[in-house]
Amino acid sequence: MSSLNGPKTLLEKVWEKHVVQRETGETPAILYVDLHLVHEVTSPQAFSELDARGLKVRRPDRTFATLDHSTPTAPPGADGKRPYVTAEAEAQVATLERNCAKHGVTLAGWDSDDRGVVHVMAPELGLTQPGMVVVCGDSHTATHGAFGALAFGIGTSEVGHVLATQCLLQRKPKRMRVTVDGVLQPGVSAKDLTLAVIAEIGFGGGSGYVIEYAGSAIRALEMEGRMTLCNMSIEAGARAGMVAPDEKTIEFLRGRRHVAKGDRFEEIAREWLSLATDDGATFDKEIRIDGAAITPMATWGTTPDAALPIGSVAPTPANDTEAKALAYMGFEAGHATTEYPIDVVFVGSCTNGRLSDLRAAAEVLRGNKVKSGVRMLVVPGSEAVKKQAEDEGLHHVFKDAGAEWREPGCSMCIAMNGDFVAPGKLAISTSNRNFEGRQGKGARTILASPATAAASAIAGVLTDPRIFTQPAQEAKRA
Amino acid sequence: MPEPFKQLVSRTFVIKQEAVDTDQIIPARFLTTTTREGLGKAAFYDWRYDADGNPKANEPLNTIDASEHRVLVAGDNFGCGSSREHAPWALTDYGFRAVISTTIADIFTSNALKNGLLPITVDKDTHARLMEDPGGRVSIDLDKSELTIGNNPPIKFHIEPFARRCLIEGVDPMGWLVDRVPTIETYERERAV
Repeated sequence: MSSLNGPKTLLEKVWEKHVVQRETGETPAILYVDLHLVHEVTSPQAFSELDARGLKVRRPDRTFATLDHSTPTAPPGADGKRPYVTAEAEAQVATLERNCAKHGVTLAGWDSDDRGVVHVMAPELGLTQPGMVVVCGDSHTATHGAFGALAFGIGTSEVGHVLATQCLLQRKPKRMRVTVDGVLQPGVSAKDLTLAVIAEIGFGGGSGYVIEYAGSAIRALEMEGRMTLCNMSIEAGARAGMVAPDEKTIEFLRGRRHVAKGDRFEEIAREWLSLATDDGATFDKEIRIDGAAITPMATWGTTPDAALPIGSVAPTPANDTEAKALAYMGFEAGHATTEYPIDVVFVGSCTNGRLSDLRAAAEVLRGNKVKSGVRMLVVPGSEAVKKQAEDEGLHHVFKDAGAEWREPGCSMCIAMNGDFVAPGKLAISTSNRNFEGRQGKGARTILASPATAAASAIAGVLTDPRIFTQPAQEAKRA
Repeated sequence: MPEPFKQLVSRTFVIKQEAVDTDQIIPARFLTTTTREGLGKAAFYDWRYDADGNPKANEPLNTIDASEHRVLVAGDNFGCGSSREHAPWALTDYGFRAVISTTIADIFTSNALKNGLLPITVDKDTHARLMEDPGGRVSIDLDKSELTIGNNPPIKFHIEPFARRCLIEGVDPMGWLVDRVPTIETYERERAV
């Protein structure tokens, strides 16, 4: 890494501020964690470990929990009971409720307006702030890097380490910069940009790195788009992705509940701006992408980097793994993936479950109908997103079109709460993973943007959303 | 804490596939558990069981003697995807003590090391040799950081030194960190956090 006094990257500035004890050949650094987010799936064994050792949560004031993964997205029945997929799922939620009560950890539970998918909820509340180290037992923690935080996923043993000490043992990661210059074409979203970036880096290409996203196309993204981009850094193998704080970051955070107010806010905001990578700072790897060349993207295989512009034909497999992926998807090399009838459309998740995502889907869907035989599920990322969407009447747009409007949660992205895609069915999903069986055993997943998901729901096949949003331009082009 | 890891002599079990993700290693619907035990039955579940939950007779993972095959060899980018520590819990409960690939995902590596599952990355030639000889004998000496394939000369591998020490000496990383709380308190005072 750069010398102590030389130009520094955003990553180095955040890292150095959090080193409690420097790393040596023998031991990793002790790295301080400002914000520890907790959910029901990856925390029970960590709390049990604390209990077994007679330890307490050291900084409950820096720990914040929510319920999202195992929670049903259908409302309670007439008997008031929530329709959990299994008694075990219900017990897992009850376990987190118990652990939070016992250790004094704030939980955005069923009774809270703050509840939501952990990576949607924390930025909404202003818990996530620039320059922080943020961790969670969840690989999509990289989302929070959109604010210029160093945010990454950890396993349950490390969840225990942070609960017990507020620290982690970490080696300094390598630095990668992905620069996307140019102006995104109208109708091209942050998700399309994200899929293009992952296709360029490759599925494991970011292993060992923290990615900083830079360039004019990144600066032009709104905060929610930056969250979509950073969210999927792990799909390129990188534990974290970051964007330097700027005026958009500041304006997003101004006035949020957990952010300083008044003069103190102005002072902190100036510090945030100083986190940007210095001129002359170096990276271990640099990638450049032309943002103007990106068009709406969708995946054809079973890894998130297997993405191509919509309208492309499925490629001739380069190896056994690609052949297996193509066979699993039921696509034939040389045939466009827009030829295959779809069964399910899912709009939601920590990648694309925010208000701007629901607006983008609703804009396409307004006045149209979901094609007969296609099931469309719209799951807001949080209670706040749900309320804002309903205030704008978006739920009517979805329901009128024939889509299901659900309670907030991870839902069909990870398919552990009872929302799943049936075996063999083809889904278009705004989530982050198209792995075999990710959305249910035997489920086939195409990853795409919210606008693409909505356009595809109407057409019944994978569809470029620009034919709905820019019919005039499309006609001209034709 | 897992038992100290020193030497392992075993046959390999080979998965000839790249990017074996954590959803393959353990599907998400098994993550509603609140304990770490007994997840071996869920390891590679959707590969091993049919739609009715019956074991597939032609799936090697259902027929091998797991106690004889403790080293898993798989294609590039093993363990990619989720941060679920249930993945190494499932693999170790099934019987594996080491995973060998050309690249192994960062979070999976970190989780594996905390559960006595050794993540070993090797060069492409060594990897190709292992992939072409399923069931071959290998010997792993963590003290010397050496992997020996059959009767060939040993090959050095790298494990992060602190994690290696934890595995060999049975050092408990959480306890090690807890012992450093006074240093952490000093940091908190100085940064006023």
